[in-house]
Amino acid sequence: MTRSLLLVGTTKGAFVFDGDGARKTWSLRGPLCEGWPIHDLQWDPSTRSIYAGGGSAWYGPAVFRSEDLGETWTHSSEGLTYGDDGPKIPTVWNVTPAHGSIFAGVEPAGLFRSDDRGATWRHVEGLREHPSRPGWQPGAGGLICHTIVPHPTDPERMWIAISAVGTFATEDGGATWEARNRGVVDCNSPDPHPETGQCVHKLVMAAGQPDRFYQQNHCGVYRSNDGGHQWEDISKGLVSEFGFVMGAHPRDPATGWVIPLSHPEEGRTAPGGALGVWRTRNGGDSWERHGDGLPQENAFVGVFREAMAVDRLDPVGIFFGTSTGTLYGSVDEGESWSVVAANLPPIWGVEAVVLD
Amino acid sequence: MPTVLLPRSLVSLFPGAPRRCEVEAGSVAEAIDRLDDAAPGMRNRLLDAGPSIRRHINVYVDGAPASLATPLGPDSVVHIIPAVSGG
Repeated sequence: MTRSLLLVGTTKGAFVFDGDGARKTWSLRGPLCEGWPIHDLQWDPSTRSIYAGGGSAWYGPAVFRSEDLGETWTHSSEGLTYGDDGPKIPTVWNVTPAHGSIFAGVEPAGLFRSDDRGATWRHVEGLREHPSRPGWQPGAGGLICHTIVPHPTDPERMWIAISAVGTFATEDGGATWEARNRGVVDCNSPDPHPETGQCVHKLVMAAGQPDRFYQQNHCGVYRSNDGGHQWEDISKGLVSEFGFVMGAHPRDPATGWVIPLSHPEEGRTAPGGALGVWRTRNGGDSWERHGDGLPQENAFVGVFREAMAVDRLDPVGIFFGTSTGTLYGSVDEGESWSVVAANLPPIWGVEAVVLD
Repeated sequence: MPTVLLPRSLVSLFPGAPRRCEVEAGSVAEAIDRLDDAAPGMRNRLLDAGPSIRRHINVYVDGAPASLATPLGPDSVVHIIPAVSGG
């Protein structure tokens, strides 16, 4: 029987929700990871492990691992350092399993790799050797490597995203990286088209088309059909160009979801206090708003960049968490919504897992 | 031997680690190394790059603020306490 899990990272620990096959009834476990601030949780199907990345103001950064669906955890940050003379790393923003390894994106922006299931880490130095690095500037959340997108079959290829720097790609296993921001506007710069400086908030790959990407950026929503070499604005029709999350359908490369928020200098919350999820069925050429079951007045909540997840069932389930600790779910591809849980700490990350 | 007192939030990360232990050490740095011998990874929780004591961790030796270089005597008591500022 199918069983679903929702993995939720918050400012005060991780939570695991156990769901039935219908994804209607959920039971909560937590707070886990000793109540550490957890930005991101990911499921590694190859080892049936949960990885959680975060950082404690007291105890620094770490990646937690559970091999029993969140009942018990170990943690490590061995090697998660730029060296004694390098900048200090306060937290992990992203953990992503790929091709037998685990990758971690950290603050200040950099990429680390573990080949022993998170026990030890080594710096993927090529990214910070990019010639643009002296000019990298932080966004409001810091100078953070928050998104890691591996190629589904080629371990040499990977895309990462840094705020407020942009998208980078490697085709040689991380030795060298190329900035891929052409066509993306930097609306906070006198030069709207620099090589880097674009504040990408979330980057997702389209299903079955590893050269098609979507990104929610500080300054718009974009699509690329060539691995990120060239981007085009697909914001037209959205209530706001600004938002953090972006979700991609697991089978249809033309379907995706965003949650637009108010202008970045006007709160970054649900526009007009009405919370809505916007879906495209045609690759971003047009958008439709869905708010059934979501609060439509006085809901001045935000949704952070890692806080939306899409499962692989049919119809697809979508789940997102708010800055005010409410977790919403849809089991009809985003057309109607219900509350999974309320009164959690502010939610940073959501991941949906389907156990067969 | 010096005695080290550890916070609950730290030992909870290392199942079986005691809140109070005695270590063979002549300095705070050596005491933390001994803690790491007994609970691998504990050094990373207490020290940042440098190495330096993490910003929101306070270490006291016999009641006085201490650094990694602070010497320990056979009867020293080391308190490791999370700072209020980190919560």
